[in-house]
Amino acid sequence: MSNWVLIIYCGFITYLTRFTMIALIKKEMFNDRIRQILSFVPSAIFPAIIFPAIFINDIGFIQVEDNPKIIAALIAVIIGIFFRSIVATIFLGLASYWFIIFII
Amino acid sequence: MNSKFKIFLKGVKDVSPLMIPVVPFGLIFGVLAIDVGFTPLQTMGMSLIIFGGASQIVLLQLFSGGASSLVIISSVGAVNSRHLLYGAVVSEHLSDLRLIWKIIISYFLIDQAFARSNEYFNKNKDENKYFHLIGGGATCWIIWQSTTFLGIILGAAIPEELGLSFAIPLTFLALLINDFRKFINIVVIIVSGIVATAGYNIIPFKAYVIVAALTGLLSAVILTKMINLNE
Repeated sequence: MSNWVLIIYCGFITYLTRFTMIALIKKEMFNDRIRQILSFVPSAIFPAIIFPAIFINDIGFIQVEDNPKIIAALIAVIIGIFFRSIVATIFLGLASYWFIIFII
Repeated sequence: MNSKFKIFLKGVKDVSPLMIPVVPFGLIFGVLAIDVGFTPLQTMGMSLIIFGGASQIVLLQLFSGGASSLVIISSVGAVNSRHLLYGAVVSEHLSDLRLIWKIIISYFLIDQAFARSNEYFNKNKDENKYFHLIGGGATCWIIWQSTTFLGIILGAAIPEELGLSFAIPLTFLALLINDFRKFINIVVIIVSGIVATAGYNIIPFKAYVIVAALTGLLSAVILTKMINLNE
């Protein structure tokens, strides 16, 4: 599949989920239980991107020792908990990563 | 001043503070897309056609890991399934609109605009209130396209040693900051993360994102059921 076809398919599926929610879904289709479960979707999906990007090294294996990304990510989590700021979490996380790899 | 335009401007004003984190997100996307091997035109095309930060970054992450197209598309779909949650909330405010407006508004329906416009919809009964969502969505559109463009230009100038790809997990981590204090969410995060990491090399077709997300969601089903029973 060419890159362009891939992009169009991804665009189509993204648009479809948005259109579905505006045009097709009616309030009564979701009971409280389904809504409660759907509210966990971000917590269920995003870690599947986050964890491998931190723990899997360039050659595709789990690396726990000598891995600056783990420490930087922990710092970012702590910043996120205390400041509740998206910008601070991203930038201070990145800054601590650079501090570890370039200065320490 | 025309009331539609006034409501449009109100949408622009309400969503603006939420645009601050979108700026680095867009820049990072532009830089990384070039880094991963997309052409500048394809990168711009992604922002124009998909117009969704999380979807586009998931696409990059899996594309660079060599995942198949089918896995990439279904993972993007899984990431977007959170939109269905909003459906129950927002559709009642927009149900009287003509289909053509629903088709247009659907393109602009992104997390930030949804969050702000839903608050506005609940407080206002004006028949033109949907212009608030168009105002918020259009603001986000302009920021997203211009930061993608800047990222493409900057991408060539940023050295690889900076390890900017680490910004991907950080960006997603930042989207979860409100969940770090909730017990069930923490469990779901850890379950999904462990399954994804452990399954990275084992689960075929790089389908680890979907398998991990489903396992995480299943643990949410079990935990909420246990807590609901105890109440």
